[in-house]
Amino acid sequence: MKTGRMFRGFFVKTISFVGYTVQYGCIAHCAFEYIGEFVSVSFLELFGQSISTDSKRNTYKSLFLPTINLQQCSGPSMEPTITNHDVVFSERVSRHLCRIQKGDIVIAKSPFDPKMNICKRVIGLEGDKVCTSGPSDVFKTHTYVPRGHVWLEGDNLRNSTDSRSYGPVPYALIRGRVCLKLWPPHNFGVLAESPNDGRIL
Amino acid sequence: MAQTGFGRRYFKAFVSGFFVAVPVTVTVLDRLAYVARVEGASMQPSLNPDGGSSPDVVLLNRWSVRNYQVHRGDIVSVLSPKDPQQKIIKRVIGIEGDFIKTLGYKNRYVRVPDGHLWIEGDHHGHSFDSNTFGPVSLGLVHGRASHIIWPPSRWQRIEPSVPPERRPLLNWEGATEDGYDD
Repeated sequence: MKTGRMFRGFFVKTISFVGYTVQYGCIAHCAFEYIGEFVSVSFLELFGQSISTDSKRNTYKSLFLPTINLQQCSGPSMEPTITNHDVVFSERVSRHLCRIQKGDIVIAKSPFDPKMNICKRVIGLEGDKVCTSGPSDVFKTHTYVPRGHVWLEGDNLRNSTDSRSYGPVPYALIRGRVCLKLWPPHNFGVLAESPNDGRIL
Repeated sequence: MAQTGFGRRYFKAFVSGFFVAVPVTVTVLDRLAYVARVEGASMQPSLNPDGGSSPDVVLLNRWSVRNYQVHRGDIVSVLSPKDPQQKIIKRVIGIEGDFIKTLGYKNRYVRVPDGHLWIEGDHHGHSFDSNTFGPVSLGLVHGRASHIIWPPSRWQRIEPSVPPERRPLLNWEGATEDGYDD
């Protein structure tokens, strides 16, 4: 009789624990999906090839640590604004309300591998004229960004594969806008403006 | 005294229920399944065969596309590359590496780039698909249509099938796709 009651008590406790975990996980999902997420920037590109094991580690992290949803972003293409081992906070509100503007730094899904993220600056929105030639070219070529797309470029123009190589990126691939740098602590705060004057027309 | 006690208890129950129901519903719609009404004639006769009179409602499986595993012949919903607020529902004709013969695209033959898909509506000519805007990135895939759930007379599981005349010509591994047994 007593073991029956103990068993029932244990069962009820397990059910309520599972219920609370599910509820907490759902609230965490809503927060990361609609408010903002943390992104860590690390050099995972070796000679232009991104290491995909990172995305597996990511799913593991987000399944068992719903408090920390750390997305990964790779490459030196945003130096000196964002460097290796930085942690930034990207907010999702602007993306959902379509309020991303020229000059914003955004995190987007890579067009060639949806499990990798890219971190670039928005140089042109739909309908804008963008310069497709480099700063050292004599003859400047321009193109217009098609509807529903954005033109992304890294701050480190010499070491960045971006829209200059693969063309405009659909707006729907953007995940969020980087608004705050959180780590390292001496660089805490809002991010700098684009060091490349004249790329944004 | 009992009146205000009841009001406060009701309010507390409502608030706690609200904070359970809304996040759980939103998470289920984002991660598990989504229900959507199909509009337009671009997927006739598979979806919406009667046109606007009674549009089909489909169940979109979001869990199966969480790792972007999409196969030829699946009907998928993608975020439109021309309008990020709109979702379009089309059939996958080619996956990355396939050589496709296009219908009205600027190039006659296209190799689908890595991480991209070639999608087409079943009703050629009345469809805003890859023949207009080219290959779409896998990151835009929203869900896979698995069942038609309304009207009840059209309850069915959607089976993946590529129309025989739209099969890819070649796959990047070098094997030709013509040797399909139906």
